[in-house]
Amino acid sequence: MRAAVITFPGSNCDRDMVVAIERIGGTAPLRVWHGDTALPDGLDFIALPGGFSYGDYLRSGAMAANSPIMREVVKAAEAGVPVLGVCNGFQVLAESGLLPGALMRNRSQHFICRDALLRVENTDSVFTRGYEQGQTITIPVAHHDGNYFADAETLDRLEGEGRVAFRYTENYNGSQRDIAGILSASGNVLGMMPHPERAVDAAHGGTDGKVLFASILGLLEAA
Amino acid sequence: MSKAESQITPEIVEQHGLSAEEYERVLNALGREPNLVELGIFSVMWSEHCSYKSSRLHLKKLPTEAPWVICGPGENAGVIDIGDGQAAIFKMESHNHPSYIEPYQGAATGVGGILRDVFTMGARPVANANALRFGRPDHPKMKHLVQGVVAGIGGYGNCVGVPTVCGETNFHPAYDGNILVNAMTVGVADRDKIFYSAATGVGNPIVYVGSKTGRDGIHGATMASADFEEDAEAKRPTVQVGDPFTEKLLIEACLELMATDAIVAIQDMGAAGLTSSSVEMATNGKAGIRLDMDKVPCREEGMTPYEMMLSESQERMLMVLKPGKEKMAAAIFEKWELDFAVIGEVTDTQHMVLEFGGEVVCDIPLGPLAADAPEYDRPYLSKEEYTVWAEIKPLDGVPESNDVGADLLKLLASPNLASKRWISQQYDSQVGADTLQTGGDAGVVRVHGTRKALAISTDCTPRYVHADPYEGGKQAIAEAYRNLCAVGARPLAVTNCLNFANPQRPEIMAQFVHALEGMGDACLALDFPIVSGNVSLYNESKATGGGSAILPTPAIGGVGIIDDYDTMATMPFKAEGDAIYLIAPEFWARPDPTRSHLGKSLWLSVVHGRDEGRAPPVDLAAELGSGRIVRRLIEEKLVSAVHDVSDGGLAAALAEMALAGNLGAEVTPSEAYSAAQWWFGEDQARYVVTVSADKVEAFNRLVAEGPETDEASLVGFHRIGTVGGDSLLGVSLADLREAHDSFFRDWMEG
Repeated sequence: MRAAVITFPGSNCDRDMVVAIERIGGTAPLRVWHGDTALPDGLDFIALPGGFSYGDYLRSGAMAANSPIMREVVKAAEAGVPVLGVCNGFQVLAESGLLPGALMRNRSQHFICRDALLRVENTDSVFTRGYEQGQTITIPVAHHDGNYFADAETLDRLEGEGRVAFRYTENYNGSQRDIAGILSASGNVLGMMPHPERAVDAAHGGTDGKVLFASILGLLEAA
Repeated sequence: MSKAESQITPEIVEQHGLSAEEYERVLNALGREPNLVELGIFSVMWSEHCSYKSSRLHLKKLPTEAPWVICGPGENAGVIDIGDGQAAIFKMESHNHPSYIEPYQGAATGVGGILRDVFTMGARPVANANALRFGRPDHPKMKHLVQGVVAGIGGYGNCVGVPTVCGETNFHPAYDGNILVNAMTVGVADRDKIFYSAATGVGNPIVYVGSKTGRDGIHGATMASADFEEDAEAKRPTVQVGDPFTEKLLIEACLELMATDAIVAIQDMGAAGLTSSSVEMATNGKAGIRLDMDKVPCREEGMTPYEMMLSESQERMLMVLKPGKEKMAAAIFEKWELDFAVIGEVTDTQHMVLEFGGEVVCDIPLGPLAADAPEYDRPYLSKEEYTVWAEIKPLDGVPESNDVGADLLKLLASPNLASKRWISQQYDSQVGADTLQTGGDAGVVRVHGTRKALAISTDCTPRYVHADPYEGGKQAIAEAYRNLCAVGARPLAVTNCLNFANPQRPEIMAQFVHALEGMGDACLALDFPIVSGNVSLYNESKATGGGSAILPTPAIGGVGIIDDYDTMATMPFKAEGDAIYLIAPEFWARPDPTRSHLGKSLWLSVVHGRDEGRAPPVDLAAELGSGRIVRRLIEEKLVSAVHDVSDGGLAAALAEMALAGNLGAEVTPSEAYSAAQWWFGEDQARYVVTVSADKVEAFNRLVAEGPETDEASLVGFHRIGTVGGDSLLGVSLADLREAHDSFFRDWMEG
């Protein structure tokens, strides 16, 4: 299993993502710099971490989506490599066109950091197959721009195709249809606002994020 | 010297905040009249903010040493040994005046500045904390100030990716015209990779890195050294603007360069910017410095050396490199898209020489700049005179509580005890994935990759300090000590942020001197030295009509260590049936007939509208004894929950444990005390602990083992009840929660 974590200027959950992947997979992922023009060969998994790439200037995720390495990430995603974007990573995926919709400012206009209860809506993807349909899991959120928006047609399509991965049981940020995470049409790209890498260790107060990483890393039995 | 400089008139001297007597000192130091650049440099270096001229004499008396202290006050931050070749580096600093004028940027740049103080010494910042004081919630500006300050702290800390793990927020009318924003950062470094500020090595290059210099924040340090006049708003241009994104890049670039052996010395450009950083580096290294002002990266054209030297633009650092390392260092900063410029060199002249456009525009002997700096022994009232001035008397006509449950609801709904979740949820407290606890007595973060954890607590009870500066100073230290013990940490050291009003008033100077004496005595008794700090004076405002001084607020930031975080204790009630014990000094088994036990209590103020009486005394031997016993109980895993007793007394402590655990309790009062004294008195050195049924025997055995030390013999244990049910003191948890949550919700969202 060869995994890579991309670091943009302003990423600040990149180390946490590396630690989580190594903790669950046993092997440290490769680290890739935003200015690199090629991805390492033979990747099985790419993660875009949380943070404030380019300070969220212009629009969160907008500038990172145009960085050199993202052209390669898009190609890899189109070739079927699983790509996970968490928080700012989700914003980058939306800005890059790999996922539909946009993440707007939270309805409260405030940053919000808390544990979020999520309902698992899809258990078919490479990311979510370890969960049970309808299961409630606890994963922390920490974002200012997590209010998911898409037009009604897009939302209907996402729901119809089973591409809503997670929903908030209580809508903290104003997201359309309580959406916390969505999948690409082919199912190999997941964007989610909650931070599964902050829920992989008993010391975090919960380990519901472990199953997600174990699913991607093909280690479900071990989780 | 440049002929272009204007003559220095008395008006110009006054605009620079220098008294006539201080200007005489400038003339003596230079042996001639200064030009404008030189005057500007003297004015900021001799401002209260940079020179500590009113406080230095008294700061020298604070205890600063212990075997685990690696570096005490004087550097950018304090450094303590945390074992395994690692060190914790931390400091707290004020950003009061800017935050009142422009709350978002004032608070944000306060966080940015304290972060730089810590990573400048080689530490990766691992936690932020804060201590905030606001005025009356119904003051017309207060909602805006609270919203702005909280958003600013979050906006900066969240973006740089340092978790904000604890803080305290109080409200009192004394802060109506002058809020306090104190920010603290804790970092972790390898012991053998700590960086200091002394510039050495004649000919070594001086390098400027970070953001470009703009015209923002010119004279910020001078502004922070005067009372607010009615024109506080007009000072907005002296508030700097923060860019946390650049700070994040600066942290990563500096730490990357620090991993090599290129750096001789490094200093952040904080208050008084390039002036104080270059002067301090050269002075600490007993060297000289020559800067070529044409090479300073500037944001706009046409900036003068005066502006460059006094700008407080953020996210900038000054370094001395080893010769030949410039290219390698430049490559690191270019990778992080930051400015990098060699702007001068270390000299052996012991002068600061600035050149601009081929001319020398400043030539100051550094010795006299430091040695001739004013130091004042300002007059102050004795303790007795102060008590008379402040009209502090024993509480007369002590009221009784007729309905303990109703009083508890009022307390929980009051601004000072209300749930602060509206604030804490705006801070990313989890980034780094090492946060182990927030919202309890102390914030706890794991030392990355180890079993160790650092506990952090910020504390001060200004109404006690006002009533009795000496006991109040002791109490601030004791409460920090107690909060660290309550999570199972061994208290190691403190940083402080001494916020006071105008030191030229003898009653204010009395608050300062006596509070420092109390703090010093407590630090000595508790083996809890002060390793860094900051003084903020002139916190009073004429803007609100009349010279209204703030309450004396010596905010404390305590740091302790947990050797194995598996033994960390937390506050919530855990299980039905757990026994509840009050740990308190044995001599308070019965009330003290000479005291009301309710003076200056929150209950007296909230329920009876009386801000009166004497502050609770602090028995340091009892603090030491109860702290040690609580730590031992936690280490041996005999207690299931721990909480210290502070604002609001025993009833408030129990309510916080119940709400956090979503479990009620059956509790009984002592017959020796009145209901008000027992439930709402704020006697010190007390904790509430719970013990599960299977541990009660071992708990009693340990308690019965008797004292190991004289201090421990002072400590008593009282079984006061049992965890269970869904109410406390006759009030349902739902009603308690509604009261607790109501204040911020109704104020901010109502």
